[in-house]
Amino acid sequence: MRYLPHSEADREAMLATIGVGSIDDLFSDIPANLRVHGLDLPRAAGELSVERTLGRLAAKNVPASSVPFFVGAGAYKHHVPATVDHLIQRSEFLTSYTPYQPEITQGTLQYLFEFQTQVAHLTGMEVANASMYDGSTATAEAVLMAHRVTRRKKAVLSGGLHPHYRAVVETTSAMASDTVEALPADPGATEDILARIDADTSCVVVQSPSVYGHLIDLAPIAARAHEVGALLVAVVTEVVSLGLVESPGAQGADIVVGEGQSIGNALSFGGPYVGLFAARAKHVRQMPGRLCGETVDAEGRRGFVLTLSTREQHIRRDKATSNICTNSGLCALAFTIHMTLLGETGLVRLARINHANAVKLAESIGEVSGVTLLNDSFFNEFTLRLPANAADIVEKLAAKGILGGVPVSRLEPGNADLANLLLVASTEVNTDEDRAAFVAALKEVLA
Amino acid sequence: MTMNTQGRPTDAGSAGVSSTDTFTGNRGLQIEEALLFEVGRTDVTGVDLDEPEAFAPRLGKLARKSAIDLPGLSEPEAMRHYVRLSQKNYAIDSGLYPLGSCTMKHNPRLNEKVARLGGFGDIHPLQPLSTVSGAVDLMAELGRWLIEMTGMTSVALSPKAGAHGELCGMMAIKAAILARGEPRDIVLVPESAHGTNPATAALIGFKVVTVPARPDGTVDPAAVKALLSPQVAAIMLTNPNTCGLFERDVVEIAAAVHAAGAYFYCDGANFNAIVGKAKVGELGVDAMHINLHKTFSTPHGGGGPGAGPVVFSSRLAAFAPLPFIRIEADGPVLVEDETAVTDGEQPFGRMVAFHGQMGMFVRALSYMLSHGADGLQQASEDAVLNANYVRAGLRDVMSQPSGDRTCMHEVLFDDHFLDGTGVTTLDFAKAMIDEGYHPMTMYFPLVVHGAMLIEPTESESKASLDLFIATLRHLVQRAKAGDVERFREAPRFAPRRRLDETRAARAPKLKWERPQAFDQAAE
Repeated sequence: MRYLPHSEADREAMLATIGVGSIDDLFSDIPANLRVHGLDLPRAAGELSVERTLGRLAAKNVPASSVPFFVGAGAYKHHVPATVDHLIQRSEFLTSYTPYQPEITQGTLQYLFEFQTQVAHLTGMEVANASMYDGSTATAEAVLMAHRVTRRKKAVLSGGLHPHYRAVVETTSAMASDTVEALPADPGATEDILARIDADTSCVVVQSPSVYGHLIDLAPIAARAHEVGALLVAVVTEVVSLGLVESPGAQGADIVVGEGQSIGNALSFGGPYVGLFAARAKHVRQMPGRLCGETVDAEGRRGFVLTLSTREQHIRRDKATSNICTNSGLCALAFTIHMTLLGETGLVRLARINHANAVKLAESIGEVSGVTLLNDSFFNEFTLRLPANAADIVEKLAAKGILGGVPVSRLEPGNADLANLLLVASTEVNTDEDRAAFVAALKEVLA
Repeated sequence: MTMNTQGRPTDAGSAGVSSTDTFTGNRGLQIEEALLFEVGRTDVTGVDLDEPEAFAPRLGKLARKSAIDLPGLSEPEAMRHYVRLSQKNYAIDSGLYPLGSCTMKHNPRLNEKVARLGGFGDIHPLQPLSTVSGAVDLMAELGRWLIEMTGMTSVALSPKAGAHGELCGMMAIKAAILARGEPRDIVLVPESAHGTNPATAALIGFKVVTVPARPDGTVDPAAVKALLSPQVAAIMLTNPNTCGLFERDVVEIAAAVHAAGAYFYCDGANFNAIVGKAKVGELGVDAMHINLHKTFSTPHGGGGPGAGPVVFSSRLAAFAPLPFIRIEADGPVLVEDETAVTDGEQPFGRMVAFHGQMGMFVRALSYMLSHGADGLQQASEDAVLNANYVRAGLRDVMSQPSGDRTCMHEVLFDDHFLDGTGVTTLDFAKAMIDEGYHPMTMYFPLVVHGAMLIEPTESESKASLDLFIATLRHLVQRAKAGDVERFREAPRFAPRRRLDETRAARAPKLKWERPQAFDQAAE
């Protein structure tokens, strides 16, 4: 087996050194009647064989790059520079672990420190952590953190929050016996969330752009939340939007969480992604997750370490701020490299291209009869009301080789009012030809 | 002589090496690298993008009003920045990485290649299911392997990491207890457990009661029975445990737990020791997470991403969270929401957006297919062989907390052998860095004084282990010979000397701040 270095002679010699007669003697603590003698699975295979087997499975799927592609709703198809994937595959990044020994992991620690700074600047916040699993789990953790800060137990969720995110918050809260008030799905951005915030509210959770694409003015929500001692948790699932849109921090958010996949990370059918988590400095000791901080070494040279670990499970055990034991290191590295390549100039331009493409697409689709755009404002994604069931239309478009968006029913099943709604995203990868093909196909399938 | 905040000398002398040796602060191939925020410029970009033609924006009144302050680097500058940073890291690919309970085994590059196939890496979680049937097939196949290896009934693939898998398992247990209408709110956790176990239980409202360990770190069935009551929901047990020992009374413990109406959660962090050797389903386990980044070689990536699928016994299978794979007559089906749930399925909810760590699923299945049933068993045997070989090589010079006995895939030493030397476990570990090794896990498990937990994994050759053993023997000899400075000053040859963690925590500096003087000069 190509991954196992020992020859049979090595094994024999090692058993002799240990002083046992056979390998089974080393497993003698496992009761004899419970020892397994062979698994009902195939035998070892060479590289070529494995590559063929997995290649056949991969070939059954339609890659985003192979078709006009307009699918978003929390994960976005962006172009990632070749440099990013090359660098994250360097052995020293790929095959190291959590920087428990800072003297020999300054590479990881420095990029995490830079990542934290980038995320803080992007979100307009004072501190950011070294990343979470993804945007949805970061949101659930933000709610728990708000409960700790406010010593209250009720979260109010906007109807514009991604339904999967809502479900993750609801699951965690139900298990912890916390209260969640989730507003109904809000495809038109018409909800009155201010009326739902009261003196029992720990936090109000608002996504902007909302899952339906609307840009939400967070400032009045923050003001109302602060009046009653609650926190505003702002959620961003398309981080490229922050190149053009006012940061949640500037609008008064207390905690900002987000999905960082758009920068540097592949779609990969939903994971691994990278959760962003930023907050006001005064709440830092209630934050979940790893934090990297600056210090000096014994020679006085600048260096970095994991810090404030007294919040964490390996020190605090059942009193920890979270059970999280890892971050999304390599995905955070991909994010920070891509963001470094972009810089402010590149990010703003990328955001402008995304916005321009979405505006052009919305204008073209406006020509299709029976189709209504629900958004006044949007960044690179919007909601259409179709004159037919959106899931059916998406399947028909797929049959024509176009992946035309996410039917809202995929996220909010069983709600007849939403059955004709379609979420459509457009990024820098879409060409004029893609748009023309989409509009033409949509006309055909609706005819 | 200048002193830093730690009261340590900062100039040359005691260390014999100083940052002032060179003009640049570089030391040959060890090149200092400034922060991105010190070398980047906001008007530089390493990505060529064309400005879009004029258009009417639809941002309403929410267009950004202020600059972000994100410096950029051109491509060659970025390449150099990150390559230099990478060179400050230790990695599996550069040397033995014996972190106990972390299973730092070789990460095959075939796995990286197949995970990047367009049909896996470039598919969207919400594109029509008719266009991703190969992805669903892959998830089903991974599930089949995990179920066969563990002898369990079902699997939840979506948890994002080990601790998230623990949360998944404990949520299923809580859902099962709520379904039974019972007020059980206590979870038993052994002293030797990973910190994530009590943290997970507490996160969803359980009270944690600690089970004392026997002197050898294993759990005494009598101690468990003494704590069982109608209030107990579950026990969380790591097996093999964090002392590197198989809990030989596990079946008796499981039977007692079940007889008391509670569930048995197994922390699968140490699964690498028993793949193909024992099936946890036959040990009485009701739920166990599997760290794909440990046992199944997906890269640790500097601390994630992980993946923590959870296998369930028939007692808990119905409560597995959304989404899950249902095997139907004409193939696997991805069940994404409540409306698709059928009789007998009672998912407790959803833990993540989308479907879990697909990129890790591909890599793990690639590892499994490569090894096959025979290779998986051989890997576990070699992992256990290697740990015992290290034990045999060091048993006469280092001390084991419960005497010299066979271990599983990791071997635990305490600091008794350093008594009277003035050298601590920390010092000893840092001296290993100077010898070119990543230290072992230190001061864990907590039940052992000055613990040193060594997990060599099956990836190490005999020659590699021989050198490692010889190195540690040499260090023990130096410590006993009174060469204390070698240890207290260590590491001397790493990119950094010991870092002042107290200072980092006392006045946290968690992001780059523009130097004051620079601001004033700019005004």
